[in-house]
Amino acid sequence: MPFSNRWKVPPIAGGYSERRPAPDEHDPAALRRRTVAEDTPPLAGATSRPAHSAPPRTRALDIRIDRKRFADPSSGIERLVLADVRLELFHGEFVAVIGPSGCGKSTLLHLIAGLDPAFDGEIRWADTATGTGPRLGYVFQNPRLLPWLDVRANVVIGLEDPAGHAARVDELLAAMDLAEFGHFHPNRLSLGMQRRAALARAFVIEPHLLLMDEPFVSLDAPTADQLRRLLLDVWGRQRSTVLFVTHDLREATMLADRVLFLSACPATIVREVSVDIAREDRFNESRVSARYADLKRDFDALYPPG
Amino acid sequence: MPRLRPVALRVFSSLCLILAWQLASWWWHSNLLPSPLAVLDLAWRETLDGELPHHLAATLRRVVVAFLLAMTIGSVIGVVMGRWRQADLLFDPWLILFLNIPALVTIILCYVWFGLGEAAAILAITVNKIPNVVVTLREGARTLDRDYLEMAQSFSLGRRRTLTHVILPQLLPFFAVAARSGLALIWKIVLVVELLGRNNGVGFQIHLYFQLFDVTGILAYSLAFVLVMLVIEYAVLQPMEGAANRWRIQ
Repeated sequence: MPFSNRWKVPPIAGGYSERRPAPDEHDPAALRRRTVAEDTPPLAGATSRPAHSAPPRTRALDIRIDRKRFADPSSGIERLVLADVRLELFHGEFVAVIGPSGCGKSTLLHLIAGLDPAFDGEIRWADTATGTGPRLGYVFQNPRLLPWLDVRANVVIGLEDPAGHAARVDELLAAMDLAEFGHFHPNRLSLGMQRRAALARAFVIEPHLLLMDEPFVSLDAPTADQLRRLLLDVWGRQRSTVLFVTHDLREATMLADRVLFLSACPATIVREVSVDIAREDRFNESRVSARYADLKRDFDALYPPG
Repeated sequence: MPRLRPVALRVFSSLCLILAWQLASWWWHSNLLPSPLAVLDLAWRETLDGELPHHLAATLRRVVVAFLLAMTIGSVIGVVMGRWRQADLLFDPWLILFLNIPALVTIILCYVWFGLGEAAAILAITVNKIPNVVVTLREGARTLDRDYLEMAQSFSLGRRRTLTHVILPQLLPFFAVAARSGLALIWKIVLVVELLGRNNGVGFQIHLYFQLFDVTGILAYSLAFVLVMLVIEYAVLQPMEGAANRWRIQ
């Protein structure tokens, strides 16, 4: 069976057990990290999951943002956007950040990606002792494909040696249903296809940390759902640490291990909820709906309408 | 047929111009406005005895050298000024000064300071053109899309890949504008440079024919060089621009 087809099949229960990622021989840090991960006993909270899908609880990232201000460009008045945001990310964990729109969720990702060093606080990678920063994948709210490069060139842009990974690129393009569109320029593709290409661009580098900023917003429901499945499938293989920003609680429930609720301006983490849906149950509508109903109560209490 | 129409239109418009010229020369009937045929005849004779190609080549060489120098130096300065605010603040007064110095002054000063040589001539042309390139490329560097730069930074593309895949493609249209307007400006300045201090080139010949009050000679040389510039425009610049912008039209 061709590899690309396996990617498209919705995973069945237990399907992830055979997909443990091989340690990356080219990255000593990753190798060491995995060794550590296997020695660490799973924490109490993780026992409800099947053993093979428990995320290894070694810390990947410590985030402490005391204050982040933006000056209003016209008036010059400073506005506090983030205040006292503290969170830890563990290796292989999928964390969703939810909050009202404009509350600073995108800013949080910006700071973590190092795109904006002007803030009070510290973002510390567990791996920086080795001298190398983590490999970062970023899926922005808009696809941000380079319009002068074709789809394939856009997807491989993060690879040091695109020719050496041609097979992986082919698989990923096929998984994203983009195999025949590799030589198309992005402006000839639909928004959904552009988003898939942006996902492929982030996946192909097998990032240690994947930052996603409402990547499925403004897509029709079936397309968004298809992309969510694809995301879970690829994440299941790669075990990147994912930080996923959204304002859609149902999406967060389906995808994440943990959901963080942000308050409105200035944003701070007001609640943290463990989702506790096993990875093989993520596509189980009733399981997700039941958990979603629980979280929705929390959500409504935190964000009263009007 | 729709592909042919713009070409046909262009040919038609050129023929109209030549016809108007012919009519005017019949009407005026003076050797101060020779007919197109008389100009063509002189150009042909000058070509046969090697004079015209010799002077055209001299001018073209100066245009090309000065153009390449001005584009390279001007682009680097422009991008630096567009990206670093400090550099922009520091050099903006210089830029305004150089933009406003008349070409003639630069040429005369270069000849006075550096002698009536080829190097002084090229320097004068280059210095005249650099400020225009700087202004255009600075605008291009200022409008670089932040979204793409953020993408490049978060994916750790590094300097080389960011430059070739993210920055240069965005600067290309500005580069094309600078090149297009630059070529037209440079060849006009070259003629003045040649008129004032060189002993070959189209400008030198025009000076000669001016002293003889020979309009036929002036027109033959200047139109011959216009023709050369048209060929460069249609055969080199436009195809290059088209190739660079292919992704837009697709």
